[in-house]
Amino acid sequence: MHDALSLPSRKEPGRALPEAPAGPRAVPFSLRARGSRLASPESQLALLDGVDLAASAYAGDFSKALASAGWLPLRPAALEILQVNLGKLCNMSCRHCHVDAGPDRTDAMMDRETVDACLRALDLSGAHTLDVTGGAPELNPHFRYLVDEAVKKGKHVLDRCNLTVLLVPSLRNLPEWMAERGVEIVASLPHPRKRGTDAQRGDGTFDRSLEAMRMLNALGYGSGRSDRTLTLVTNPVGAFLPAGQASMEREWKEALGREHGVTFDRLIALNDMPISRYLEWLEASGNLESYLKLLVDSFNPATLAGLMCRNTLSVSWDGSLHDCDFNQMLALPALSVDGRPLHVRDLDPDVLAAREIVTRRHCFGCTAGAGSSCGGAIEPSIPLPVPR
Amino acid sequence: METYYKPDHLQKFASIGEGNDELAKKFFAYYGAVFADGALSGREKALIALAVAHVVQCPYCIDAYSQECLKLGSDLEQMTEALHVGVAIRGGASLVHGVQMLEHVHKASM
Repeated sequence: MHDALSLPSRKEPGRALPEAPAGPRAVPFSLRARGSRLASPESQLALLDGVDLAASAYAGDFSKALASAGWLPLRPAALEILQVNLGKLCNMSCRHCHVDAGPDRTDAMMDRETVDACLRALDLSGAHTLDVTGGAPELNPHFRYLVDEAVKKGKHVLDRCNLTVLLVPSLRNLPEWMAERGVEIVASLPHPRKRGTDAQRGDGTFDRSLEAMRMLNALGYGSGRSDRTLTLVTNPVGAFLPAGQASMEREWKEALGREHGVTFDRLIALNDMPISRYLEWLEASGNLESYLKLLVDSFNPATLAGLMCRNTLSVSWDGSLHDCDFNQMLALPALSVDGRPLHVRDLDPDVLAAREIVTRRHCFGCTAGAGSSCGGAIEPSIPLPVPR
Repeated sequence: METYYKPDHLQKFASIGEGNDELAKKFFAYYGAVFADGALSGREKALIALAVAHVVQCPYCIDAYSQECLKLGSDLEQMTEALHVGVAIRGGASLVHGVQMLEHVHKASM
C-alpha cells in the first residue's frame, strides 16, 4: 500500500462545496487525489480483463456463464428501486470503497437540477423505493430535499449510511429528522468486533458506529418497528466470500446486544466487488488472481433471477443511468437497444424495459456463492460445503 | 512424490471415492450434516474444527478452516482463542499423565 501512503500528487481545484468533516480513514486519500492509475475506470477494466482465467470456469467470461445458464442476454425485470448516488463526498476513507469516495471528493456531487430530474424519474419509473447512496449521501446539501419529496410521493426511502457521519456536528438532528419520515437506515458495519471493522474502515470506526447505533436505537430504530428499520450491511474484511447470512444475523444480534447494548433489525451480507480501492488492495496484497478465480469458480446460476441490476436502476451524480452502482463506478452506462447511453432527465420506462443489461467480468462478484445484491445474499440457504 | 503434502489434494478430496464410492458418499453426507447449523452455529463448529485441525496438525484442515472461519464471520482474535483451547487441552493431556509418573516414582522410591 505504498501508493496509499504517499501525498496527493496533484491538488484538485475545489468547488464551492464544504470539505467533509474528517472521519475515520483506512487510506489517507482517494485514488483520484493520489493520481493512481486505478482512478480511471478504463484502467480498472483493463486490469480485470488482463487476469488469466483461461483455466477457470467459463474461461472467466461472464457472457459464457450467462449463456450456460440460459440467461443471455440478461434483461431487466420490473423496476422496483431507483438508486440515486448523490456523489462521492464522504467523511470516511475506507480501504475497500468501490466508489473511491472520501473527504477530498468534492468534485463529484449531484446538483439540484439533477435531483429534480431524479424526482421526476421516480414518478415515471413506477419504482416503489428510493435508495439513496454515495459517498455519504447525507453530506450532499440536497439530501433532505430529495428524501422529503420522495416521502411525500409515498415512496419507501432508504439511506445507505456509514453511521459515523451521524456524529458530524452539522448533522446533529438528522437521525430524528429521518425517524420522523420513516426512512430506513441501511448502515455499514463489516464486523461485530473492533478489529475487522477498524482494519477496513479506519481506526475509531467501530466505537463511533456503536455510538451512532445507540443514537438510532434511542429513536426507536432497530426495535422491530416497520417505520424505523435499521439494517446492517457486512462485507468481508479481506479476500473471501461471506457465508451463512441468516446464522450470522442471529449471532450478531446476540453479541452486539450482550457486549454493547445495541440492537438492529436485520443483517445483509455483501460480496466485495473487485472495483476501485478494493481492486487496489487485491492487487497490492497479491490476492487479485485468486480472488477473481474464487468469484468465477463460485458462479451460482440460482442468483441470476434476483440480481439487483434486474430490479434496480442506478443514477450517477451527473444524472447518467447505469444498470447498477458497480457499472456506474466503471463508467459503463445503461444503453438503449440502439446503443445510446441513457440519462435520468429523459427516462423512458419502455426504453429501459427493452434494454439489455451491460455485463463484464466484475459481474461474477454478484453471482458468487450465495450471491450479492444491495439486499444481501440472494439465495439464503446454500449447503455448507465439504472443505473446498 | 516429491513431497507428501500437496495443496491441491484438498480440492481432490472427493476423488477418495474411487476405491469405494459408497463409503465416501456416506462420509461426506455425514460430514455435511455435522457442520450444518444446529444447537451450535456453523461458525462455532468451524472454530472447533480449526482448533482440532491444529491439534491433529492437518495442513489441509488448517487451510480449509482458516478460510471457513473467516467466511462465517470469525476474526483473528476469536480464531486464536480457539487455537489456544486446542493447545491447552493438548498440553494438559500430556501434563495430567504426570500423575501416573508421580505414582510410579512414589511406588519405586524410598
